Amino acid sequence: MKARVTVHLKTGVLDPQGEAVRHALGTMGFDGVQGVRQGKVLDLDLADGTTKEQVAEMCEKLLANTVIESYTIEMA
Amino acid sequence: MRAGVVTFPGSNADRDLAESFRKAGADVTMVWHKDTELPAGLDIVGVPGGFSFGDYLRCGAIAAQSPIIRAVKDFADKGGHVLGVCNGFQVLTETGLLPGALLRNAGLHFVCRTVGLKVATSSSVFTQGYNAGDEIMIPIAHHDGNYFADEATLKRLQDEDRIAFTYTANPNGSMNDIAGILSENRRVLGLMPHPERASESAHGGTDGAAMFRVLAEMLATA
Repeated sequence: MKARVTVHLKTGVLDPQGEAVRHALGTMGFDGVQGVRQGKVLDLDLADGTTKEQVAEMCEKLLANTVIESYTIEMA
Repeated sequence: MRAGVVTFPGSNADRDLAESFRKAGADVTMVWHKDTELPAGLDIVGVPGGFSFGDYLRCGAIAAQSPIIRAVKDFADKGGHVLGVCNGFQVLTETGLLPGALLRNAGLHFVCRTVGLKVATSSSVFTQGYNAGDEIMIPIAHHDGNYFADEATLKRLQDEDRIAFTYTANPNGSMNDIAGILSENRRVLGLMPHPERASESAHGGTDGAAMFRVLAEMLATA
């Protein structure tokens, strides 16, 4: 089984990389991009029976720094 | 004073830090990240700068899970002194020994130059060699030194006089110009600037030497 973890900076935490991407898109002529938030995706290949709670524990302990980041988990 | 300096794969300031401790008169033991225990009788542990584990995932995140860091946490919990410089500061925030986090520099550039720091408190063994308000020149070299903490944490750091150093001209977007902070018991210091790179005249500056000199005096092995 697989899980997809998406990690992103919390609302209110400055994302200078996202801001640079937004600026670049504007420069390229893509008007109307009002904001870009950059995050990361981690695809986990898991033993059958792994629970979402276990993946959440992985997120809390390592995959995300919950001081600055939030995460979502999709089990598949 | 007996000091231990931790080396992770990717550390690059571990020997510099050890040398600064030695110059101040300390007996220094290098400690490998896979070790599960610190040498007995240490007075202080140094967590050095560098790019531990290639900064993969987040700066300091993988190092924070290494076996030696569990021992460093125990050591700190029992009242041991810990100095985290640059990547070491990032590791200490990732372990929770210090609050907040270090984000990508607001200007997105790696910044490598000597900057002015204001000593915000002299009330710790790390900063006692300075007077509060002193301005010192110390090099920085980092990509992720932009200190972030929520408002309640910032207020607490301020109210408890736990901001050790601030930048005189903010190079990275750090909240409240924070360059270094102390733990609640004032025995853990994390800072982005490198005092060990300004500790002898050949470095072009010696403003960092007072930190090591006073640490060695205060933590002198009985």
